Amino acid sequence: MTLGGIDIIALTAMLMTASTPVLLAATGELVAEKSGVLNLGVEGMMIMGAVGGFAVAVATGNPVLGFAAGALAGAALALLFAILTQVFLSNQVGTGLALTLFGLGLSALIGKSYEGIRPPATTKLDFGPLSELPVLGRVLFSHDWMVYLSLGLVAATWYVLNKTRVGLVLRAVGENHDAAHALGYRVIAVRIAALAFGGALAGLGGAYLSLVRVPQWTEGMTAGAGWIALAIVVFASWRAERVLIGAYLFGGITALQLQLQAAEYSIPVHLLSMAPYVITIVVLVILSAVHRHGVQAAPAALGKSFHASS
Amino acid sequence: MTGDAKLLRIEGLTKAYPGVKANDNVSFSIAPGEVHALLGENGAGKSTLVKMIYGLVKPDAGTMELNGAPFAPPEPRAARAAGVAMVFQHFSLFEALNVAENVALGMENPPPMRELSARIREISTTYGLPLDPARLVGDLSAGERQRVEIVRCLLQDPKLLIMDEPTSVLTPQEVEILFHTLRKLSAEGTAILYISHKLEEIRALCDGATILRGGKVVDSCTPREKTARELAEMMVGAEFKSADRAGRSLGEELLVVEGLSLPPMSQFGPSLKEVSLRLRAGEVLGIGGVAGNGQEELLATLSGERPSEPGTVRLMGEDISGLGPDPRRAKGVLAAPEERLGHAAVPAMSLTENALLTGTVRKSLAKKGFIDMGAARRFAEEVIAAFDVRTPGPHVAARALSGGNLQKYVIGREVLQEPRVLVVNQPTWGVDAAAAASIRQSLLDLAGRGAAVIVISQDLDELMEIADNFAALNEGRLSAPRPTEGLTIDEVGLMLGGAHGMQEAAL
Repeated sequence: MTLGGIDIIALTAMLMTASTPVLLAATGELVAEKSGVLNLGVEGMMIMGAVGGFAVAVATGNPVLGFAAGALAGAALALLFAILTQVFLSNQVGTGLALTLFGLGLSALIGKSYEGIRPPATTKLDFGPLSELPVLGRVLFSHDWMVYLSLGLVAATWYVLNKTRVGLVLRAVGENHDAAHALGYRVIAVRIAALAFGGALAGLGGAYLSLVRVPQWTEGMTAGAGWIALAIVVFASWRAERVLIGAYLFGGITALQLQLQAAEYSIPVHLLSMAPYVITIVVLVILSAVHRHGVQAAPAALGKSFHASS
Repeated sequence: MTGDAKLLRIEGLTKAYPGVKANDNVSFSIAPGEVHALLGENGAGKSTLVKMIYGLVKPDAGTMELNGAPFAPPEPRAARAAGVAMVFQHFSLFEALNVAENVALGMENPPPMRELSARIREISTTYGLPLDPARLVGDLSAGERQRVEIVRCLLQDPKLLIMDEPTSVLTPQEVEILFHTLRKLSAEGTAILYISHKLEEIRALCDGATILRGGKVVDSCTPREKTARELAEMMVGAEFKSADRAGRSLGEELLVVEGLSLPPMSQFGPSLKEVSLRLRAGEVLGIGGVAGNGQEELLATLSGERPSEPGTVRLMGEDISGLGPDPRRAKGVLAAPEERLGHAAVPAMSLTENALLTGTVRKSLAKKGFIDMGAARRFAEEVIAAFDVRTPGPHVAARALSGGNLQKYVIGREVLQEPRVLVVNQPTWGVDAAAAASIRQSLLDLAGRGAAVIVISQDLDELMEIADNFAALNEGRLSAPRPTEGLTIDEVGLMLGGAHGMQEAAL
């Protein structure tokens, strides 16, 4: 099935793979921001996950260990951020920006010897006859296990945030940390845990880039995906289901513009490369503007430092 | 009420913070079903004491016993498990969450949401505090929010309920409903530790009282047997005189506000609706109302922070609606907002710099765009001397001052600029009785010199004491002003919107 020189089925199938890194990172950041911490270091955590995951996968020949290492690398960087902002009360914006620069630099250093290597292949899930289905088989049942894991993580995040006590406490901490403290909840501990979870997902997203999506290591390969993840969280009004929409929109347009480039349309390449960023933000801005008159979207304590004064 | 079995016994509790002993060897006890008042001025150590009972603060020395067993809660969970519940002065609620979620956060093992909602409905109706579990707390009135806190406590079957300044945000009618609930609880055997400044309420409600001053227990009494004045003097440890309002005559009309409307400044905030008022020279207009009914918004439009539609605010016939704060200051309209730290004063700046922030125009503290630091410091020193601000000097940062001292400073800074019209919001909030009396006197003296003063306050006694006319602000609407002489507290309550349509369920 082609339309204007573009294979729609291949495009849709590609969409899910293209979206996964941003989806993972945005879901992680959503949890961190729901607890009231603004971590601008997503890009840095992603690229550390990318290089860490790549290095371990190449060394062990096992992509599963690679993904685990990517998550650990992201979480480690997030814990550094957590210690600086939650224990030493440093400014969250400044520390987050520094974290991104730090991650980009350190990953370039670590990754030097891995350039030009191919990582071990990540297995595709075997759905048996399901993947033989026309259209649907290619679109839904032809991916590697990380794609399904990422969707599962979004669903789990939604469920935990909205339906469980852990999620309620996390939202309460992000809403009013003084009140949560007065009720006896450990604000700092909740925030550190949320940050670590966010870092682990960003790291997973990064590892997915270097192990599946590209797949190889190049310096600065996240190319702003972390920033898009941050923007998606904001314009998704801090709701997990909208994060999914935003990430798939971004991934979809990325896939589309690559296909348009391949089909040699006479649109300047720069405009095409820019399109995913611009269109994702425009759509999400419209979405969040429609939403504005309802409940306040942002966690009320977002970006504020907590210090127990009593 | 002096049964042998005590519910809570406190012996020699001591807690020191750097530079101050918040509690020094405090001892008292509460019997089951007793309503016990903790009386004292700001900084007397009441809050620290209840925080220790609730497990938020660890005592340095001393012991507590609950039902005869040693009691030393390491954290609020432990206190709650032992049967101690607390309703906070500043609500510990989450605006973006609904009532049931807020209640669940205050419980150790909350049942599933559906069951919890049913129990909230049941308990809240039983105690005459009906609540809808599904509503967002941000949409509730202050009285309803307090119900959420109380219901949250009641669901845990407390043996001791601590209430920190529970009535400061309620109308008189809402206070009645609350007292009804508290008496019912007390009759069922729940002890209540009640903290308040409001002496008449304590006389009406409490069986016993412990009076704290400077962190020490200085006295105890049965409040019913004392007059409010005697209680106040026990708190302050000295006699104090009430304000002298004699010798003022009303002059020409200075400020006219007509048809002033304003959209809300924040998401859950109120809007102003068709506010009108007239203010004459020498007049003190008191504006009462429960917090969050448009007080901040009204001050912001009068000070110029939020300019309004043309023609809505006139000073001596001249339209000043579109002017910002500095042009208004030049014309003599000054304001002192409620929030001391961050609105009236910049916490990290010195008192001199804070003096510059509002005093530059009227006190000529800047020349050709350059600040005259000498003049600014002299002005700050003048305020410090005239208003007895306790501070080492004008170089001290605003945040280093205690709340009461900073309040004296920000009021003094405006009063000494000799405004024509002064608007103040909560001028004596969190200020001890002696300092509050001197702030009130300075406002009266200012009016005596021919200025017009608007005092926005939630303290009705204060307004009755100093205001010539009283108007109520309710959901952004201002009632027609009435002379304070002869106004009864019931009438005031009705002007404030009664019980906000809240009904007490049949008991």
